[in-house]
Amino acid sequence: MTSQPHTVMRKFEKVCEIIEKHNNDCSKLIPILQAVQEEYRYLPEDVICYVATALGIPSSQVYGVATFYSHFALKPKGKYVIKICDGTACHVKKSIPILEALLKKLKLTPDNMTTSDMLFTVETVSCLGACGLAPVLVINEEVHGLMTPESTATLIDQIIAREEAK
Amino acid sequence: MNNDKLNLKQITEHFRENSEERRVIVCAGTACVANGALSLIDALVKKITSAGINVKVEAHEEGKRDLRVSKSGCHGFCQMGPLVTIMPENILYTRVKAADADEIVDKTLMKGEIIDHLLFVEPASGKHARGSDEITFYNRQKRTVLKECGHIDPEDIDEYIAHNGYEGARIACVEMKPETVCEEVMTAWLRGRGGGGFPTGRKWQLTLDQPGAKKYVICNADEGDPGAFMDRSVMEGNPHSVIEGMMIAARAIGADEGVIYCRAEYPLAVKRMRKAIEDARKLGILGKNIFDSGFNFDVNVMEGAGAFVCGEETALIASVEGKRGMPSPKPPFPAESGLFGKPTVINNVETLACVPLIIRNGAQWFRSQGTTKSPGTKTFALTGHVANTGLIEVPFGTPLREIIFNIGGGITDDRGKPMPDGFKAVQIGGPSGGCLIDEHLDLALDFDSLLDKGAMVGSGGLVVMNKNTCMVSIARFFMQFTQNESCGKCVLCREGTRQMLSMLDEIMAGTADESTLVNLEKLAHAVARGSLCGLGKTAPNPVLSTLRYFRAEYEAHVFQKRCPAGQCKALATPEINPALCKGCTVCAKKCPVGAISGEVKKPHVIDIEKCIKCGACAAACKFNAITGV
Repeated sequence: MTSQPHTVMRKFEKVCEIIEKHNNDCSKLIPILQAVQEEYRYLPEDVICYVATALGIPSSQVYGVATFYSHFALKPKGKYVIKICDGTACHVKKSIPILEALLKKLKLTPDNMTTSDMLFTVETVSCLGACGLAPVLVINEEVHGLMTPESTATLIDQIIAREEAK
Repeated sequence: MNNDKLNLKQITEHFRENSEERRVIVCAGTACVANGALSLIDALVKKITSAGINVKVEAHEEGKRDLRVSKSGCHGFCQMGPLVTIMPENILYTRVKAADADEIVDKTLMKGEIIDHLLFVEPASGKHARGSDEITFYNRQKRTVLKECGHIDPEDIDEYIAHNGYEGARIACVEMKPETVCEEVMTAWLRGRGGGGFPTGRKWQLTLDQPGAKKYVICNADEGDPGAFMDRSVMEGNPHSVIEGMMIAARAIGADEGVIYCRAEYPLAVKRMRKAIEDARKLGILGKNIFDSGFNFDVNVMEGAGAFVCGEETALIASVEGKRGMPSPKPPFPAESGLFGKPTVINNVETLACVPLIIRNGAQWFRSQGTTKSPGTKTFALTGHVANTGLIEVPFGTPLREIIFNIGGGITDDRGKPMPDGFKAVQIGGPSGGCLIDEHLDLALDFDSLLDKGAMVGSGGLVVMNKNTCMVSIARFFMQFTQNESCGKCVLCREGTRQMLSMLDEIMAGTADESTLVNLEKLAHAVARGSLCGLGKTAPNPVLSTLRYFRAEYEAHVFQKRCPAGQCKALATPEINPALCKGCTVCAKKCPVGAISGEVKKPHVIDIEKCIKCGACAAACKFNAITGV
């Protein structure tokens, strides 16, 4: 790669834009990382280092923040992120059987929550605030309420069918 | 519009002249949207237009039309959504689907007929309720903070103003001094709705007394308590009331900048707050020289990044500063040294939403509701095994029985069917709170009455549990939550919660002995004493309160290796009742490990040695002959 500096610049162009929008202000680190993650769907290591250099803070500090908050991901996530609510209301209305059914269906384990084809990532969240519809799950931004293990399986099948049709 | 032209009366008059009497209001809170409220609105508008009715859809379309279709924030009756209110008759339709749009237009809007099958049916009496005023869930509540949620369009600042909105901010800026604002809130004895119950007026006075020109107001909208969604509903349903509350707080302490720290799990609330801020800036309600009083104030929204501990005020401040959200010791209190080291007031969403009402109606009006030591009303998120789940608002001092059995409509089983004698406990205050049982049902709920019962109002999550719920597993659920969310700063919180969790796991797995219970209790007290912030201090509460009221259930797990609720898988003892078993062989076929045997048409038996307690047999049995799994 002879044109490396150029590619690096182009790769970080979007990150630069985000940092400039926040006036290179290191107190805006969280909104910056949120915007970066919106762009990449996770926080790649080289981007973390780049952000640190641009803000003039140690990369350990950026890494510290990125690992503290559960919304930041250091590994790529699937195209469809399924968040199962395990807040109190959903929990007492049996959210765990839904999680178990999903893991079984997508052949996932607690250590590996993203499918090998990068289509699905399964996560649990503590409360989505839609307790009236418990148990709830969210696929990307779409909320699905009053779920059962069976209706969840149907939902997954629909997404897979839609993806295969593409 | 320029500042000098900002005239609330004029906006109100203009709004009234241009507003339609006939309105179709569709609830567009998170839950109703999840149930298809947006496609319902599209279907309604399409049908209304094709029926030749001159309809207004966007708030700022000029001129008066025949009818307006508008969105509202959360009504609180989430389970019955999407909800449609038809004004001026105040008809409430529940569980409305896009397919019902034609019928609503043809019958109700064109002919004034009521569609019976869309009305709510009272479960107790079987009667059809025509509007919210006939529904027990609503008419036993006292809505002040939530009054406008579900009626006004949260994205229309003019409508908020027409409902006396920003009048409180105007009074505070033009007619009152900062000291008098603090005094009024102090006289009202408004106490922090986020859980602490600290008097808001005192907090403001402390901040006002600090020297320095730069001060901040922070709205704590990091509602992380699982099972609570009061703040979400206020922000979605009436975002301007939160901004107005912040303006009054800023006026009282002399701040010119505000931050709303909202959890990222609430995308709709964030969107509505941002829109409300934009609209307020355009009108000159936020900005420079507001109401021509020389008062400057602006607000920004910051989204959290998923850390429960950031609900703690010092951790929240660290997070706004771009750091790891870890709490720091108090003093110094945020009132002395808060955001970027400047004096800062942090109030919760609901507290701030109470403030405009106090300034507008006076402290005495506020004190006329609730109890002497806890005046006003409180919103609760009522969820779990109860017939009417949703968001409610009642005066402090209301007994739990009224909330659960009258407003909530009573206990249900796991499938949502009524279970009249099913009440076991109610968890109040989330992972920091405790459980309350039968004997507390008539207790007047307020900040102080719960403390010696080992519970707290907290932010207001009420999770009702029926008799099929295992209290050990509930305690474990909360312990798992706090263990995950512990920031790691204090050893006792970080390691202690982990140890407590593993002890609870042992109890549920049947491997615990008497010493486990003793150690669990000992450690619980140590964690409470040895932690810096509220998270660690209160983390043992669910364990301590379940131990207090359901000790026998713990002991059954430990000594008899039995889960009385039959929920702990490891302790399950599946049995086939020979009197009910018809020998149909379905269970034997379903069993994945071949643990069930028996002759056709004769009672079967389970080999406990082989059984993996998966429950497949019990689910398959048509005669309910299999118990204990």
